[in-house]
Amino acid sequence: MDGYTRMNKIKEDFMRIVFLAAACASILCVALICVFLFANGVPAIGKIGFVKFLTGQEWRPGNNLYGVWPMILGSLYVTAGAIVTGVPVGVLAAVFMARFCPDWLHRLLSPAISLLAGIPSILYGFFGLVVMVPAIRVVSGGSGKNILTASLLLGMMILPTIISVSETAIRAVPESYYQGALALGATHERAVFFSILPAARSGIMAAVILGVGRSIGETMAVIMVAGNQAVVPDSIFNGARTLTANIVLEMGYAADLHREALIATGVVLFVFILLTNLSFSYARLAKKG
Amino acid sequence: MELWQLRRRPLSAFLRLCVMLAAAAAMLVFLILVGYILVKGIPNIETGLFEWEYNSQNVSLVPALINTVLITVLSLFIASPLGIFAAIYMNEYAKKENRLISTVRIAAETLAGIPSIVYGLFGMLLFVVALKWGYSLIAGAFTMAVMILPIIMRTTEEALKSIPDSYREGSFGLGAGRLRTVFAIVLPPAAPGILAGIILAIGRVVGETAALIFTAGTVARTPAALTSSVRTLSVHMYSLSSEGLHIKQAYATAVVLLVLVITINSISGALAGRIAGGRG
Repeated sequence: MDGYTRMNKIKEDFMRIVFLAAACASILCVALICVFLFANGVPAIGKIGFVKFLTGQEWRPGNNLYGVWPMILGSLYVTAGAIVTGVPVGVLAAVFMARFCPDWLHRLLSPAISLLAGIPSILYGFFGLVVMVPAIRVVSGGSGKNILTASLLLGMMILPTIISVSETAIRAVPESYYQGALALGATHERAVFFSILPAARSGIMAAVILGVGRSIGETMAVIMVAGNQAVVPDSIFNGARTLTANIVLEMGYAADLHREALIATGVVLFVFILLTNLSFSYARLAKKG
Repeated sequence: MELWQLRRRPLSAFLRLCVMLAAAAAMLVFLILVGYILVKGIPNIETGLFEWEYNSQNVSLVPALINTVLITVLSLFIASPLGIFAAIYMNEYAKKENRLISTVRIAAETLAGIPSIVYGLFGMLLFVVALKWGYSLIAGAFTMAVMILPIIMRTTEEALKSIPDSYREGSFGLGAGRLRTVFAIVLPPAAPGILAGIILAIGRVVGETAALIFTAGTVARTPAALTSSVRTLSVHMYSLSSEGLHIKQAYATAVVLLVLVITINSISGALAGRIAGGRG
């Protein structure tokens, strides 16, 4: 081996290690996030008491009462609301784009949907605040900042995710399903809805789970329209505070146990997200298997 | 099916109506959202918004805009090499599907699914508190770097995958090593795809709010040092709309932010479309 090839060999090996290290960076990031969140949040849960923290109905930092149950419910309610409003519209729109839409229209719709996905949540929130809140106020009375408003806004925000993932799933169904249905005398609509759509259900399920993840994690838009009252809501016209909102609203001035309790709120949120991610992977595995 | 047949097939007619309404609703969301912000915002754009210094009279967005650029550039500086190198390892070096590769994949997917407020908490705990950087430009940039890493990794990997194996085989056949093959043969044609990913990441940083409030802070001035607290345009937008004192300026700032993000994402989309078109 002459000097030149040896140099090359060293260079090759060195860069291989650099690339490998870069690949491991994402593992390191996940590990760091877990360590820092859990190390700072879990002790607070211990101090407050696991059950008292998770199922406590009252969040009053002034009185040392730290129960995140209202926020857990708040997050679940607005997420459920977003799914109820966003998924039907999103899936039907995806069906339109995959199976009903003329080419020229698809060339208009498709970029619009991807731009919609890129609009920052703060702008959705601003739109919700200046347009939707006054409109809902007419119906609901009160401030207009409530679960219904947040659900509708989140439903709009998850539309692009639902549409693009569902459209991909619908397009992936073999054409023979459609042709078979037509050959049996089905109309175009029946063939699409009763032959193609069922075959795409695992992909659509994945879209729904992605939507759930986005809704649970959404912060800025929800803060501006949900009202943020830290009490258990009993109607969709009540305001609610989500886990995410709880952190942003109080982190600025919190200290000591209050601050740790907010980080613990983040831990609860993180666990919810990990669970949705797991079910997403599961939905995708189910599709492959 | 022709229109006259629909009357005899009520279910089909109903289904068709449903999908059309849904598509119209989705389009309407886009048009109303963008249209409303543009219509209400453009008349409120004044020269005061573009003055060099921010104060409560002019509510200038220029410092926030400069801060946004600084944070974006810094975070790209950190995340791009990492993301691109990681993708190179995943696609060019690793043997298919060993345990390390699947762990990296799971980690990247987990990162992609983490909401921005959790990044914000993490950035605050690690960079602001543990490393004692305080609310600062650099803490914000590092937080953003972690957030955009999976985006850059994924898009780069897709771009690398789109390069046919014959390129690599040709290069190896001529005696080039793996390293030279990657840099001289594979990366150049993949460049537009990688760039599309980077621009997409820029759009993400520009639009980010929740992860920056507690890492970069909210000071509306251009930074004196890497450790100065800064607010980006999105955080500025949040301050304006939650204070409710400068509603006109909030509308105008929304227009600037919207146009910025839409432009960035369109460029990314056009680049990505170009390589997809070239392949087909």
